Amino acid sequence: MRVAVVVFPGTNCERDVVRALRLLGADPELVWHRETDLSGFDGVVLPGGFAHGDALRTGAIAALSPIMEPVRKMAEAGRPVLGICNGFQILCESGLLPGALIPNRDLAFICRYVEVEVVDDTTVLTAAAEPGQVLRIPLNSYEGNWVDPSRTGRVVVRYRDDPNGSQDRAAAVANAAGNVVGIMPHPERATDSLLGSEDGLVLLEGFVCSLQPVRA
Amino acid sequence: MKVRVHIERRPEIADPEGSTVARALSDLGFDEVAGVRMNRVIDLEVEGDDPEQVKARVAEMCRQLLANPVLEDFEVEIVG
Repeated sequence: MRVAVVVFPGTNCERDVVRALRLLGADPELVWHRETDLSGFDGVVLPGGFAHGDALRTGAIAALSPIMEPVRKMAEAGRPVLGICNGFQILCESGLLPGALIPNRDLAFICRYVEVEVVDDTTVLTAAAEPGQVLRIPLNSYEGNWVDPSRTGRVVVRYRDDPNGSQDRAAAVANAAGNVVGIMPHPERATDSLLGSEDGLVLLEGFVCSLQPVRA
Repeated sequence: MKVRVHIERRPEIADPEGSTVARALSDLGFDEVAGVRMNRVIDLEVEGDDPEQVKARVAEMCRQLLANPVLEDFEVEIVG
């Protein structure tokens, strides 16, 4: 199953994502943000980083990149679309997920492991996990405080404590269909017990398992 | 034409930076400060002769990019 891993200027987690997806048997490929075609890919990941230096607002410029048009088409076709950290911010800015991410409540860049709990296993990110499952995953962000005045976002993974003020303690949010998911902590950085945790694997495994070709 | 865009987060949305600045002002003894909002101003130089038309175009820029409609309101002002 082919997965496009999108690279914007300032993206810096793409190689970790590629390594993790390969580990799980998928066939990931880096795709530059100026590309306009994602046909032949079964899913797409927007990795973390600081696309366009976070100019204006995190994700605001990236949301207008040419690649976002085919990403939108994949989302509409029901294919798995995952945004991690900055990728989550880009999905919100592009309107593919509800809400927006503002600076953390305590104005600190948070860089530590957090415990999160899966609360909904009917999305492409949580398909292999159990509701109530607790995972230990690194959180590395300044704008991780999700706000959704519309209250239409589905919280699918929740922080056990409240590190950043995120509404409903949301760590991951899905669209109504469950095929577009954004997560603020980094599952791809928790894929090897030698490096501290492999709890991210069950989430990325759900994503990889969801990569079924969609009938036209 | 010089155009100024004022962008502010809607009052019901938290402004962690504003709250921090408010606390710091209070620490300095400015106890009369009841609230601080860290709003943004963007100045644009726009070509055009008709102020209303320029304002409408800049409002469109706000809707598409400069402001986040999920959280923010904006106001467009011709300043010169």
